[in-house]
Amino acid sequence: MAQPQSLYDKLWERHEVLPESDDYPGVLYIDLHLIHEVTSPAGFTMLERRGIPLRRADRTLGMADHSTPTTPPTAAGQWQYGSEDARAQVEKLLENCERHGVQLFDMGHKRRGIVHVVGPELGASQPGMTIVCGDSHTSTHGAFGALAFGIGSTEVGHVMATQCLLQRKAKSMRIRVDGELGRGISAKDLILHIIGKIGVDGGTGHAVEYAGSGIEALDMEARMTVCNMSIEAGARAGMIAPDATTIEYLRGRPMAPSAEAFESAAEDWLSLRTDNDAAFDREVSIDATAVAPTVTYGTNPGMVAPIDQPIPEPTNESERRALEYMQVTAGKPLAGHPIDMVFIGSCTNARMEDLRAAARVMRGKRVAEGVRMLVVPGSETVRGQAEAEGLHEVFTAAGAEWRQPGCSMCLAMNGDIVPAGKTSISTSNRNFEGRQGPGARTLLASPATAAASAVAGSVADPRIDLRAVEVA
Amino acid sequence: MKPLLRLTSSIVTVPQANIDTDQIVPARFLTTTSMEGLGHTAFHDWRFDEDGNERDGCVFNEPIAKTSEILVAGENFGCGSSREHAPQALADFGFRVVVSSRIADIFRQNAPRCGLLPVVLDETEASWLLQHPETVVTVDLREGFVEFEGHRARFEIEPFARHCLMNGVDPLGFLLEQEAHIKAYEERAA
Ligand code: SF4
Repeated sequence: MAQPQSLYDKLWERHEVLPESDDYPGVLYIDLHLIHEVTSPAGFTMLERRGIPLRRADRTLGMADHSTPTTPPTAAGQWQYGSEDARAQVEKLLENCERHGVQLFDMGHKRRGIVHVVGPELGASQPGMTIVCGDSHTSTHGAFGALAFGIGSTEVGHVMATQCLLQRKAKSMRIRVDGELGRGISAKDLILHIIGKIGVDGGTGHAVEYAGSGIEALDMEARMTVCNMSIEAGARAGMIAPDATTIEYLRGRPMAPSAEAFESAAEDWLSLRTDNDAAFDREVSIDATAVAPTVTYGTNPGMVAPIDQPIPEPTNESERRALEYMQVTAGKPLAGHPIDMVFIGSCTNARMEDLRAAARVMRGKRVAEGVRMLVVPGSETVRGQAEAEGLHEVFTAAGAEWRQPGCSMCLAMNGDIVPAGKTSISTSNRNFEGRQGPGARTLLASPATAAASAVAGSVADPRIDLRAVEVA
Repeated sequence: MKPLLRLTSSIVTVPQANIDTDQIVPARFLTTTSMEGLGHTAFHDWRFDEDGNERDGCVFNEPIAKTSEILVAGENFGCGSSREHAPQALADFGFRVVVSSRIADIFRQNAPRCGLLPVVLDETEASWLLQHPETVVTVDLREGFVEFEGHRARFEIEPFARHCLMNGVDPLGFLLEQEAHIKAYEERAA
């Protein structure tokens, strides 16, 4: 009998152009290459210097998202960029995509958005694929049962030139989540909890598969949130086996297989599941019922605590420094900690369910005095749907700013920044020192927690608001 | 890219754990469309205050940082984003080797592409170096060891990355030579 294989083994084997040897890494074929304005220029420059064409424009999609403005264009249709460099970068992407025949979701395109939100929405990200992008959160697409990971600019050039990458197979790790998440607890709380458990380097050198009843119960958007943050545990990739939920999500999407081809594609996708008895280099078990609203208190995504539990005492100099930077106190819970800014957005949490969760908590309430809140939908599609549901009115009536899609305050390179010394509660994925602006302090949380905190003016437990809604 | 075989240099030490790519190159510098001349962005917000003045006490502002080719850092160095700007900036700043007890995956893969050698030593060796910033270290890529104070420590490096670093070449040449295999794969998979 053939050796039982994991999802990762199957994905790897299907894409092996040449197997790895002692001297050489394997040559892996890439089905879908997503490019954006920040990490693609070097790749295009490399092609031009060598005088070689982009090999497969039909397997490449371009997106303007990282340095794009989130304020609407002027009446004359002019976008207000944060800097001239940012504008030049987006223009360069347009020029490069035109020259090489790459489909581009440029400013004004009705399906533009954050690359990791749009790929799935279009049905471009499919089970069984290898998907890469010059962005570490490419692991998001692993939610579909794809092998998806971030690459550097040189590798962007490699894929442009050869549609292949030199790779060594990673070790494998399975994170089993069993049980159901409690009410008001989201996939964001779950993944923060997981990173807290295994540590920011707990996944280093590994491709992670998330499995178990707690994962199967999640919808596709929630699965994307989980896979998105795999890199914050150091993992090379994160993935979830395709099942009925995956198939129903993809059915009818514009770039998914057409109706005739769909059923046989779906059958193939289901065969990707990890075989019983497949071996993993490491296994971790997580109890979903033990997950509380989880918030980071330090300067890496592994420094997390349940919202109502005391912040742990620092155990080394780096942790001491982190608490000092964040101006939080060990022994005290985060609940009640004052905040200045709220950011709902990013490829982690700017999809429909995220905005609905935030709106549920905020409906009929106001953003606390002195707090500024930005809500940045993940794509034009999300923006359109949210507006059709009236969610934008819930946010604007509360005093929040409803913005145009993009990465925005997640990495703060488009001019949307948290001022020095201010504390933001954010649904994004990184809380590094200065990530949201020099001297900015970031608390990572779920959309519901961020929304409840916006109303309270300090870190607040969303479960309390939900109870009130139920009683009313 | 300059071939790297063996070098001897003083070291710059940063003991913090989990130094992420936002520390190495803050995101606001990513609006550039060129990967050249990024050295000025390396650890920018550690080196300069809001007004652009050099901060006192930052090791990267000291004379030793101008001449050292080896950076020694706390564990899990280079975690965070996939931006190749990070190793590129360190290389442009003048480093040719980065040493830590653990280096994040993507950074470790990106570094050799920028001519920067990632060296992972065990915990005791790395922390000894962090506690002895005045040490002079020899790195021998051909033989795969570092040497300091008469002590020799071996390190592992992916053989192909080593080949590229020793010859100062980018792996694209090798990939392009596989064209026949790539074509055959595409036909098989179609
Ligand atoms: S939203 Fe943030 S993490 Fe996601 S792609 Fe944009 S910058 Fe990267």
